[in-house]
Amino acid sequence: MNAWSVETLVPLPVMLPLFAAGLTLALHRYARVQRIISVTALAAALAASVGLLFAADAGPIVVEIGSWAVPVGIDLVADRLSAVMLTVSGVMLLCVLLYSLGQGVPEGEDEPGTTRGDMIPVAIFHPTFLILAAGVANAFLTGDLFNLYVGFEILLASSAVLLTLGGTAERIRAGSVYIIVTLVSSLLFLTAIALIYGATGTVNMAQLAERLPEIDPTVRTALQLLLLLAFGIKAAIFPLSAWLPDSYPTAPAPVTAVFAGLLTKVGVYSILRTQTLIFPDNPAVDQVLMVLALLTMVIGILGAVAQNDVKRLLSFTLVSHIGYMIFGIALATEAGTAAAIYYVVHHISVQTALFLVVGLVEWRGGSTSLDRLGGLAKLAPGLAVLFFVPALNLAGIPPLSGFLGKVGLLTEGATVGTGLAWVLVVGSVVTSLLTLYAVVKAWNKAFWQAPSEEIESDVPLPRGMVLPTGALVAFGLLLTVAAGPLYGYAERAATASMDGHTYVDAVFPDGAERGQGESVVATDDEGSDAP
Amino acid sequence: MTVLENTPSAVLVLAIGVLFATGVYLLLERPLTRVLLGFVLIGNGVNLMLLVAGGRSGASPIVGNAPEGVRMSDPLAQAMVLTSIVITLALTAFVLAMAYRSWQLHGHDEVADDVEDRRVARHAALNAPAFQDADDTESDLTLDEEAADLYDDVDDSDDEALRARAAERADGRADTEERP
Repeated sequence: MNAWSVETLVPLPVMLPLFAAGLTLALHRYARVQRIISVTALAAALAASVGLLFAADAGPIVVEIGSWAVPVGIDLVADRLSAVMLTVSGVMLLCVLLYSLGQGVPEGEDEPGTTRGDMIPVAIFHPTFLILAAGVANAFLTGDLFNLYVGFEILLASSAVLLTLGGTAERIRAGSVYIIVTLVSSLLFLTAIALIYGATGTVNMAQLAERLPEIDPTVRTALQLLLLLAFGIKAAIFPLSAWLPDSYPTAPAPVTAVFAGLLTKVGVYSILRTQTLIFPDNPAVDQVLMVLALLTMVIGILGAVAQNDVKRLLSFTLVSHIGYMIFGIALATEAGTAAAIYYVVHHISVQTALFLVVGLVEWRGGSTSLDRLGGLAKLAPGLAVLFFVPALNLAGIPPLSGFLGKVGLLTEGATVGTGLAWVLVVGSVVTSLLTLYAVVKAWNKAFWQAPSEEIESDVPLPRGMVLPTGALVAFGLLLTVAAGPLYGYAERAATASMDGHTYVDAVFPDGAERGQGESVVATDDEGSDAP
Repeated sequence: MTVLENTPSAVLVLAIGVLFATGVYLLLERPLTRVLLGFVLIGNGVNLMLLVAGGRSGASPIVGNAPEGVRMSDPLAQAMVLTSIVITLALTAFVLAMAYRSWQLHGHDEVADDVEDRRVARHAALNAPAFQDADDTESDLTLDEEAADLYDDVDDSDDEALRARAAERADGRADTEERP
């Protein structure tokens, strides 16, 4: 494979879903065609991501869109970190799409006088889902801060549509809170971009990495904190996390699964990228992040323990486990970052799998409330296994991937060995135990306690929903089996992110003329230059 | 007096401040339409900020078009502002649709309280000490329970539980009254 063909892979995870979104919207009358297009596009995007995963191991692959040279044009950069995030999100998006096909329509609330799916514009689901995929891929790939903002807007706008599918009262309520929080975080992000542009005259990440060290440290810290605030809302870090458990559980099961698995992780990825590339070496901010990570873990999991609804319980564990990733990032060492990357990968797969299983539980038991469910272990043993494995994985029981990620974090926390790091280590262990308590509580009530009479004894689970869920659970197990190579990959990704020159050198190969912005190929293709 | 090229114009900076301040005020309101107006105002404030960040205005930013010795305006800031205007437009349309749907469903577009907030308020009211319960005989609910009832005007599912509790207590009282 020559270099040219590798570079053509880079834009594909963004382009394919976008094109497919247009097609599915145009062909919304033909449900079967729509499905084929969606699945094909996401599968092809996944294939491209896997290609990038191997190609990027040799070094970051940079593509200048429309041949406009950086920093005037926009660049897409596929390094190890981007590639691994793309691949995992691709697997997860494909599984969720197949699951939603098996489910038939995104389920709505049964309102009197309407049949299931009657009110729901199903045709909208596929284009919106594909645009979400494109937005996520764009956020992972971009090497330009403003383009990252655009990626965020793409995925947030489509997520707001998915969250309010059908426009029922409960979803509009949850959607209102979600969209307001989203808008505020976007405004903060854009404000940060304006200030950064004012301070440095560039929004290209590689160039920012070179220019930011030259400006006043106070200004730099202020800019860093503003960006962290914007990303912190998206990633649901503790004081900014109240919106998440309230809005996610109301959406249809596949939508909640995607949101839980992916959207917060895009925020975490952005924090990881900015902390390692643009604003490295700021111990004061790392201390703040450590404290926030601890609060996120502990308060999130205490919220989960108090819940009586599986969906809400899982939403709180989601918030809580974001804390682990922030812990890894805040350690600001290579091993810490590597553990954080591995943990993100693990958590995407396990959290999505759990939400898909809860969708099945709701299908089977007619409810997600732990008071109404019961006896599912006897009624649906297969479902019980599907819940049990990712639940233990989430709690970090050896030898599953959750355990490996946590061991990585704890080891590095102990190695760093400051007082705060030790507090975090203890907090992580406590959170892990409380997670176990929360999922065991869900397990006991939903699967073991005496079956309540409401549950019908014979509801077949659609195979189209069970198989993708099983595939995702198996993928979680694969992360355990292939932990060696994967952890190695995460370590190499962390090393390349932390050394501070791999990324910059890849974007500006001829160091002397850095930042001149002269395009090699003269082109009058203006459309591609809009950031 | 010479002015530095990068010094932003005071009028623009003032305008940004005013837009942000009014925008934040509106964002804190309950109705979705006011929140939206706040968003639009702050959005415009940020756009102005991007313009200011691009430096002072100059000749049109087309290479070869500027007269000798005149600085060009920064085209990148303008491109970014354009993009953000388009995004603001799309989100505005979406929020308007949502406000309309909310009005269809409830007759208003106020953002409702969080489920968790309602539960917390409910439990707080239930656990708070009662000092005086003047109309206990009337409804058989304690003052706290009535207060909890008032807090929660959306979710009625727990009401039955409350009534059952009140009924139990009433029964208990009847029992103790009968015993002597």
